[in-house]
Amino acid sequence: MSDGAFVLVVLVPVVVAVLSAVTASANGVLDARTNGAQLRTGFAVPFQETARLLRQQRRTLPGADSLLWRISSAGIGIAAVLKVLVIPLGGFTFADLPVGVVWFNAMDVLLWALWWLLGWGANSSWSLIGGYRFLSQALAYEIPLMFALTAPAIGAGSLRLLTVQTAQTHVWFVVWMPVAFLVFAASVVAFASWGPFQTALGADITGGVLLELSGIDRLLVTGGRYAVLVAGAGFSVPLFFGGGAGPILPAGVWVVLKTCLVLAGLLTVRRLFPTVRPDRLAEIAWVIVVPLTLLQLAVVAVIVGVNGGAL
Amino acid sequence: MITAILFWVLTALAVAGGIAVFVVNSMARATYALAVSFVAVGAMIVMLHLDYIGVITILMMLMEMAVMAVFMVMFMGMNPALMPMDMTHNKRRSVILAVLVFVVLAAAIVFIPWPNRTGSPADDLTKSLGDAIMGSKMLVMLTISPVLFATIIAALVLANPKGRYDRYGDALDRRDVDGHPDPDDPIPGGLG
Repeated sequence: MSDGAFVLVVLVPVVVAVLSAVTASANGVLDARTNGAQLRTGFAVPFQETARLLRQQRRTLPGADSLLWRISSAGIGIAAVLKVLVIPLGGFTFADLPVGVVWFNAMDVLLWALWWLLGWGANSSWSLIGGYRFLSQALAYEIPLMFALTAPAIGAGSLRLLTVQTAQTHVWFVVWMPVAFLVFAASVVAFASWGPFQTALGADITGGVLLELSGIDRLLVTGGRYAVLVAGAGFSVPLFFGGGAGPILPAGVWVVLKTCLVLAGLLTVRRLFPTVRPDRLAEIAWVIVVPLTLLQLAVVAVIVGVNGGAL
Repeated sequence: MITAILFWVLTALAVAGGIAVFVVNSMARATYALAVSFVAVGAMIVMLHLDYIGVITILMMLMEMAVMAVFMVMFMGMNPALMPMDMTHNKRRSVILAVLVFVVLAAAIVFIPWPNRTGSPADDLTKSLGDAIMGSKMLVMLTISPVLFATIIAALVLANPKGRYDRYGDALDRRDVDGHPDPDDPIPGGLG
């Protein structure tokens, strides 16, 4: 990392925060449209909510494990930033890890701990149930996700994201690894506790892990959730969408543009599917999705073997 | 210089995390203190340029601790898992054992004539690691993994006093008069 990059690294959390705010606004606008409210009010929702939560006083139940609780509410956004750090912007990358794909996986497992601790720390039954729901959901999505992540790695013959990106010069991985991409996208939705996989924050348990959160902690978690969506969408760009490849515009801009397109997809998913109970998800994920993903891997391996490399 | 400082900070974190496991009075804190300790060790492995093993250590340990916390709370029997409790037992013997093991290991570090390095590390360490594990040792891995998995399942079955196995014996594929499996699927839904 050169000195310039060392300074630029400070910008990463800012960019993640801006993209999260944009996503939250877009989500607010879509909500407003559904409810027949003015689109302008929907757009302002995240900013009003931020202002409200910044002024709100923290409340804590007696017996809450404040240390673990605060660590976990701050940690979700940090995990997202740590994911974004290894995403290449064209030929440039902040942290050129030789095992970037595994790094993403490790940070996603960090979210297991954080969501459960959020539920644990509050010392409230509903929150704790939310935490447990997340973990059981995690058991369902993690195995397919791990296999799905190996597809681009096999295609490129490397775990380094720069290499994965260059292997897509001719054909994007999403074209011949559609199942892997769908599993990846579903897992992003799941580890952000979003859309059909939001039972940890479910209305049936009065908000679950969010129930007792207030003030800055609640802001960090709700914002962190969008940041995790941004990080997941951003990560799909070097894995499946050819990284910064694109005409005219610089690579960095293309990465952001593609990220926004994937984010739009994730926002849509929330409105298309009903909530899935984690116990039901486990059976579907292990009996149907895991074999499908393995089949995808076999196809990728055969193509790579016959072709002597990526398409 | 910065590398050395970082290494020592991580060392301190790993040891402090290990100590905290026994000092704190909550299951969750003990579990995640252990997780911090392991993550610090994983980061140190990354600093030794063993990126894959380091990151995979962080990944596995975080996942393991997240699941372990659930199991500890679940199998604690009475309910102290949710209350403040002492994380130590059998203190005197544990202390003697721990000190002995530490002395033996520390003495080993000092007194063993360590061989000098022969050869040089491969260019792509992840690839050579994969070759080492999956090449000549594939048969061993294929044998060990089902045995390990079976051990986990068996241990769970034995540890769970009110589980399906205890209630129904090993005839889990029998059917009721209505043709449905008996016992019924405890979690209906999913695939039915």
